[in-house]
Amino acid sequence: MASHLGGLSGAPVVRVESLVRSFGPRTILDGLSLDIEKGEFVALLGRSGSGKSTLLRALADLDDKVSGSGRLETPDKKSVVFQDARLLPWKRVLENVVLGLDLPEAAERGRVALEEVGLSGRENAWPVELSGGEQQRVALARSLVRDPELLLADEPFGALDALTRLRMHDLLRQLCARHQPAVLLVTHDVDEAVTLADRVLVLDNGAIAADIAIDIPTPRDHGDRRFGEIRSHLLRHLGVETKPVLPV
Amino acid sequence: MNAFSNTAAVAPAFPAASDERLLIPPAVEPRKTGTRRLALGRTIPFGALIGPALLLVIWSIGSIAGLIDPRTLPAPWSVIGTAIDLIAEGKLQHHLMTSAWRAAQGLVFGILIGTILALISGLSRLGEAIIDGAVQIKRAIPTLALIPLLMLWFGIGEGMKVTTIALAVLIPIYIQTHSSLRSIDSRYVELAQTLRMGYGEFIRQVILPGALPGFFLGLRFAVTYAWLSLVVVEQVNATSGIGYMIDLARNYGQTDIIIVGLVVYALLGLASDGIVRFFQERSLSWRRTLAD
Repeated sequence: MASHLGGLSGAPVVRVESLVRSFGPRTILDGLSLDIEKGEFVALLGRSGSGKSTLLRALADLDDKVSGSGRLETPDKKSVVFQDARLLPWKRVLENVVLGLDLPEAAERGRVALEEVGLSGRENAWPVELSGGEQQRVALARSLVRDPELLLADEPFGALDALTRLRMHDLLRQLCARHQPAVLLVTHDVDEAVTLADRVLVLDNGAIAADIAIDIPTPRDHGDRRFGEIRSHLLRHLGVETKPVLPV
Repeated sequence: MNAFSNTAAVAPAFPAASDERLLIPPAVEPRKTGTRRLALGRTIPFGALIGPALLLVIWSIGSIAGLIDPRTLPAPWSVIGTAIDLIAEGKLQHHLMTSAWRAAQGLVFGILIGTILALISGLSRLGEAIIDGAVQIKRAIPTLALIPLLMLWFGIGEGMKVTTIALAVLIPIYIQTHSSLRSIDSRYVELAQTLRMGYGEFIRQVILPGALPGFFLGLRFAVTYAWLSLVVVEQVNATSGIGYMIDLARNYGQTDIIIVGLVVYALLGLASDGIVRFFQERSLSWRRTLAD
C-alpha cells in the first residue's frame, strides 16, 4: 500500500544492465538486464545451474572473485538471507540479530525485530538451542533490523520442512508488507514464488526467459484456477510439462 | 505441556502416583528402543577420581603387606608424614612458590607471544610467509634441546628458565590458534561482508571467538608443556624449586621427598588443567559436543 509513494519517485531500487558473469570458460549470466521497483517482491526461478545464485551474489556484492562486466546499481541498505540461517554459534540470539549494527538503540531494535518474528523471550538463547525454522526467523530478524531497501533471499526456506515453510511464507509476507523492502527471492519452488511474489522471473541460459506479473489478490489460494495456470506456465518455462487441466 | 503428555502415557501403569507425577517433569529414563545409542551415557559423579583412588588402594595394600620395599616406594602415610614435615619447615612452600612463579611467567610470555604470532600469521598472507615457516622450524627442534644454547645466552638464572618454558608454551598455542583461525567457515566471512562489518569488528566478533576453541586446546597442551619444561630446567641448574628439591633428595636417597615432589607436580598439573577447563567450558558454552 505504501509503495505507491515509491512508485511516484520512479527510480527503480535495483538496476541491472547487460550483466555478464563467468567462471572460467562458462558464462553463467549472459547480458542480463533487470529492474526492481521500490517495495516490489520479485521471485527468481530457474533450474539448478541457471545462474540464480550468481545473480543474487552479484547483487549482494559477494562476487568480487568472479569475472564479468555490466552495470549494477543496488541500494546501500540491503541485507541477505542465506539458505542456512548463518548465525554465529558463539553469539546469543539477540547479539546475532544486531551483529554489526552500530547504533545506540541497537539492542532495543533487535528486541523489536525478534518480537516481529515471534521469538521474544529467546534473546539469550544460543543458536544451537533453536530449531531450523527458529534459526531462519532469527536470520530474518537480523536482515529486517537493518531496515533494508533491498532484501536478497537465497532459497531461505529450502532447508525447512513443508509445514514450517508455509508458516515462514506467511511471516515473510507480513514482514514485507510492513517494512516494504524490495525483495529478490531466489527459489526453486514454483508455488512459493507464485504465493509470495508480485512478479516472477524465470532464469534460463543466463538471461531472463520469462517475466510474469502475478495478478492474484493476496492471500493466495493454491487451489485457485489462476494460480494453477500461472504455475503450469512457469513449469513449462522450467522444462516441466504438466498435464493440461481437464475441463469439468 | 511436554511433561504432561509424557507422563500421561505412563500414568495408567502407576495410578496411585499419577497425581504427583503429573506435576513433576519426569527424568529422562533410558528406554529399550532397539537402536544403539551412540552418544555417551550419563556422566559418573566424580568418575575421574575412581582410577587414582584404586591406585592408592593398591599402593597401600602393597605397603602393608610388605610387597613394596620402602626404599623403592615408601608407604602413602610416610609420604604424607614427610610432606607435613616439609611444610612445617617451610621448605615445600618456598620451593613451590619458586616453581609456580617460574611456570606462570613462562606461561604468560609464551601465551602472549604464541597468540600474537598466530594472529599475525593467520590474518595476513605476508605474516604467514614470515612467521609460519620459522615457527614450524622451531617446532621441529625439541625445546629441551635448546637448553645448552639458552644457558650460553641467558646464563643459568631465571631468564634462561622462563625463556625455555615460554618457548615450549608458544608452540601449541600458535599451532592450535592458527589452525582454528584458518578453519573459520568462509560462510561467516561472507556474512560479515553482507552485514558491512568493519575489519576491527570482524576480528572481534567473528575471528577471535571462532579461534577460541583452538586457543583453549592449545592452552591445555601449553600448561602441560610448561610443567614439563619446568621439571627439566629445575633439575639442570637451580638452587630452589620443586625440581631442585627432588634432585637434592636423589643425592641423599630420600625416596619419600621425591614422591612428595612428584605428587606436588601432579597436583599442580591437575589444578592448572582444571582451571583451563573451567574457563574453556565457560567461554565455549555455545557448543554442543559428544560429551554433552
